[in-house]
Amino acid sequence: MRIFPELHFGSRRSLRILERNVVIYRTQWLMLVSGFFEPLFYLLSLGIGLNHLVGSLSAGDRLVTYAMFVAPGMLATSAMNGAVIDALFNTFFKLKVAHTYDAVLATPLDVNDIALGEVWWALVRGSIYATSFLTCMIILGDAGSPWVLLCLPGAILTSFAFASVGLAACTWLRSWQDFDTVALIQLPIFLFSATFFPITLYPGWLQGLVRCSPLYQSAALLRGFSLGQIGPSSAVHIIYLVVMGLIGLVVASHRFRRILTP
Amino acid sequence: MTSDSLLSARGLVKQFGNFRAVDGIDVSIERGESFGFLGPNGAGKTSTMRMISAVSQPTAGEIRIFGLNPVSHGPEIRARLGVVPQEDTLELELSVMNNLLMFGRYFDIPRKVIRQRATELLEFAQLSDRADDKCDNLSGGMKRRLTIARSLLNQPELLILDEPTTGLDPQARHLLWDRLYRLKRDGVTLIITTHYMDEAEQLCDRLVVMDQGRIVAEGAPRALIEQYSTREVLELRFGAEGQEPYVDRISEYAERVEVLPDRLLLYVHDGDEVLRAVHATGATPESALVRRSSLEDVFLRLTGRTLVD
Repeated sequence: MRIFPELHFGSRRSLRILERNVVIYRTQWLMLVSGFFEPLFYLLSLGIGLNHLVGSLSAGDRLVTYAMFVAPGMLATSAMNGAVIDALFNTFFKLKVAHTYDAVLATPLDVNDIALGEVWWALVRGSIYATSFLTCMIILGDAGSPWVLLCLPGAILTSFAFASVGLAACTWLRSWQDFDTVALIQLPIFLFSATFFPITLYPGWLQGLVRCSPLYQSAALLRGFSLGQIGPSSAVHIIYLVVMGLIGLVVASHRFRRILTP
Repeated sequence: MTSDSLLSARGLVKQFGNFRAVDGIDVSIERGESFGFLGPNGAGKTSTMRMISAVSQPTAGEIRIFGLNPVSHGPEIRARLGVVPQEDTLELELSVMNNLLMFGRYFDIPRKVIRQRATELLEFAQLSDRADDKCDNLSGGMKRRLTIARSLLNQPELLILDEPTTGLDPQARHLLWDRLYRLKRDGVTLIITTHYMDEAEQLCDRLVVMDQGRIVAEGAPRALIEQYSTREVLELRFGAEGQEPYVDRISEYAERVEVLPDRLLLYVHDGDEVLRAVHATGATPESALVRRSSLEDVFLRLTGRTLVD
């Protein structure tokens, strides 16, 4: 009896999807390299430019440089963008253009394995980027505490949450034109998530809305780790992102089943 | 339902909303057999293939593949199947060899074994000299052959081919048929869907004719032709004045006449003899062709429509 087929996420075969993506990306190594340099450029430009303009600002109980404040926000943003772009573009291509998954479903793999495998991939990719970002961050002196190392699992959790939702979202896209809608959603999330400046600078009514944003949750979590300010709110952020990821995964798997095995 | 059949289905139905793509079909396929599903586009062939390749679930009815239920044993069944889908689903960015190496991993075959089988299969598919080429650079026929090679990596007991030669030029089709014929000779059970009657006649020991989700006839290609058609067919085309004035006059010479928009088909025992009789009536067809009956004629007889529009 399989009343909830979506909840059967046990197959080791999902790792084959990860293996497939690694093989494919070896032919696109330039993309991987650009992923390494992107955060470095961000950190350098912010450190050099805005640090001088903005000076220091207070975060919790301490005064930090602007680069220290903004770096975890950039890490969260980079984890979000990486996960969403890969989940949307590449999965859309495999799902509706190249019919890669149709070939996969002629093998012992199941739709759940496909959805889960894509999530494994997002985690691997996310952890590679996050490691390079954190390394730059620490070398440039933008980390405010040894707890900064927790930013790595934090960024991976962010990748999980956004990749799962991205996978689910991509199943509703009909053509490449629909990707404009994605930008329309992603941009306000990027701009209104307290990644560039403290949430207290937003007007009161907007603060509530900002707190709902998944990117805010991630940025706040990572900032707490980076500055060594860990508290009950960290747990709330973690729960938010875990639940978001799980819902995304179940929805994605359900939608994959509808589309791929009509 | 016989339990020793490789595949058996009873009362199989697939419904999409209000549309019934497959409307209660029964089939039974034995080991070593080469079995065809013949029918026009939209007859329900692909929906049937999806169900018997343990990908989509039937709305109603029962299937057993290798004696297993695909609803509960999908992965186990698919591990023993080879599937050649209608559309190529190769990894175009990868080389020919890497396509096979990667696909074998989905079946958990050890890399060393995959490499060995892939080398043999590329030989079989006559693609050995293209092993390192990017898949994107292959011709349509080569891609199909690679897809067939890919489907054989897990040494399947049953190979399912959905419209294997659609869109290929005649030379590529014949090469593909030759390869499929070898597989058949080696004892691989084949299930083929096609809307080409020549393909079905070439490759299938036994077939079902499908129309609008139902099976309208079943048997060996030759037996079906004998049962539903005459030995020969006389095809007549008339010029500008049209065929209408002649239909009544000519039809008495044939066992049956099919009036198509552009030609008349006379079902007869001896085409040349009837053609002489037609000329004797004063009818002057622009062209006349005597040929043997084919599955196309069976289909026309059963459904009143042509297979390939």
